[in-house]
Amino acid sequence: MQSLTDLEVSLRRADVRRRWWLSLPAMLVVILGGVGPLLIVVVYSFLEAGPYGDVVWKFSGEGWFNVLFERDIFDDTVSIADAHLTILWRSVKLSGITTLLCLIVGFPTAYYMASRGPKARGLLLLLITVPFWTNLLIRTFAIQQLLRAEGLVNVVLMKLRLTDTPVQLLYSDFAILTGMTYVYLPLMVLPLYSTMEKFDFRLMEAAYDLYASRRKALTGVLIPLVKPGMIAGCTLVFIPCLGSYVIPRVLGGGTNLMIGNLIELQFGAGRNWPLGAALSIALVALVMIGLVIFQKNDRSGGDNA
Amino acid sequence: MRKGFDTRSLPGFGIMALLCFAALYLPIAVLVVFAFNAGDSIAVMQGLSLRWFVAAAQNEQVIDASIRSLQVAVAAAGLATFVATLAAVATTRTHRYRGRDAKIMLFTVPLMVPEIVTAVALLILVSKLKVWTGYTGLGYLILSHAAFCVPFAYMPIRARLSGMDTTLEAAAADLYASRWQAFAHVTLPLLLPGIIAGFMLGFVISLDDVVITEFVKSAGQDTLPTYMLGQLRRNITPEINAISTAFLMLSIVLIVLFYLLSNRKKT
Repeated sequence: MQSLTDLEVSLRRADVRRRWWLSLPAMLVVILGGVGPLLIVVVYSFLEAGPYGDVVWKFSGEGWFNVLFERDIFDDTVSIADAHLTILWRSVKLSGITTLLCLIVGFPTAYYMASRGPKARGLLLLLITVPFWTNLLIRTFAIQQLLRAEGLVNVVLMKLRLTDTPVQLLYSDFAILTGMTYVYLPLMVLPLYSTMEKFDFRLMEAAYDLYASRRKALTGVLIPLVKPGMIAGCTLVFIPCLGSYVIPRVLGGGTNLMIGNLIELQFGAGRNWPLGAALSIALVALVMIGLVIFQKNDRSGGDNA
Repeated sequence: MRKGFDTRSLPGFGIMALLCFAALYLPIAVLVVFAFNAGDSIAVMQGLSLRWFVAAAQNEQVIDASIRSLQVAVAAAGLATFVATLAAVATTRTHRYRGRDAKIMLFTVPLMVPEIVTAVALLILVSKLKVWTGYTGLGYLILSHAAFCVPFAYMPIRARLSGMDTTLEAAAADLYASRWQAFAHVTLPLLLPGIIAGFMLGFVISLDDVVITEFVKSAGQDTLPTYMLGQLRRNITPEINAISTAFLMLSIVLIVLFYLLSNRKKT
């Protein structure tokens, strides 16, 4: 490497300094409106709950304790907080199933898109992108209206005489699953498509020439080569599902909660801010664990290929 | 090649793709169709009418919330685009200086943290600030929205910038342009499509937000999405479909514009 003269070094320093000044406003906005408050949440999770919400400035591990355990109000016996565990488990389970459903629908769709001509590809890509950018709340509404007791699905079912009384579809895990799959499907298709677009379809031809069956060509050629896209898609679906709040609120009603709703509850009617803060940090930790697992898989996939 | 083996299709994949596109658009289509219902059902059509659009357009709360939504979205996207442009200039076309990657990571944090967590975090901070300062205006909403708009504004601007070489600016400097003149007359015009794209993404993202708004807003500061969420508990009439339809149209127009804009830059 070439050694730098003193002048070059000082010019470079001035350049770096200017670059810090230029990025300062953006850093301030992100820190004030996002990252900074997160640190406050960490602090709050270690404080004592105030009687009318908010906190008392006294150190307490009660918030974290309450994530998994509960203390009986009368005799102080400690037991596992079943309600919380059920909600945590439901969040992970529903997010996992949603990811799987999105993959089952998204994989063939992305393959179909990638195997079209350039013009059709552009149009199909736009068709996937538009729902992705349209309002999540409106798309959740659309599903809610379909599933309501007086909604279209029930009207059709009754017209077909499959049922006499409306079937309760809304406010169930089924409704949440439908909603999340519907809302997050584009997030699966987009990364899958972008890896499949680069896929050389002659490789499939070569596999067939060598007497591979369709299944063999699919599992031995296509899937290993598009694995990074599959992992990216699964990450993009699983992570937001885990933290979803609007979809379970609109489609799960008050009974089928996910972590997001449990957090909200602690800041609202529950009046237990430290517990809500601890649950928030736990959710962020879950998300980070999810990201690490997906990334690890990505790397090992890369080594095998 | 063996007969009957088309390399570009696998059995069932085409049908699945068709189902996927149908599933993506059918619920929205149903929502839009019932916005034009003459009756007050969301499942049985009783003739076509624009009465629900008229009802929505005369609803004070809807007008109020729409105006507020637009105000917040313009201000937040504008602020985010401004700071993101500076940040993009600061982080591209440079050697890897210390802290650069950390900065880039900082700008993407809002994408990784679940929205509900950011929302309660802001609730804690803002509820305190409201008491301490007495200020309860739209500023809190604008700043919170700007924070999560930054990554969306930053990415297209950065992409555009990193594809530009520095020779034009060097030429301007050779012709005795000051640093600012070179930026204003050379870099900025070239960067404009990226900046517009960034602004539009930020605008759409801000307009759509419901979770953070719900937690940060003061009393009587409903935006259109939080107003709609609030209506859910009531008996649903096609009025909500009419509002959604108008909202959808706006989003779709913006997205198609964005799409055309970002496709044009390739040619």
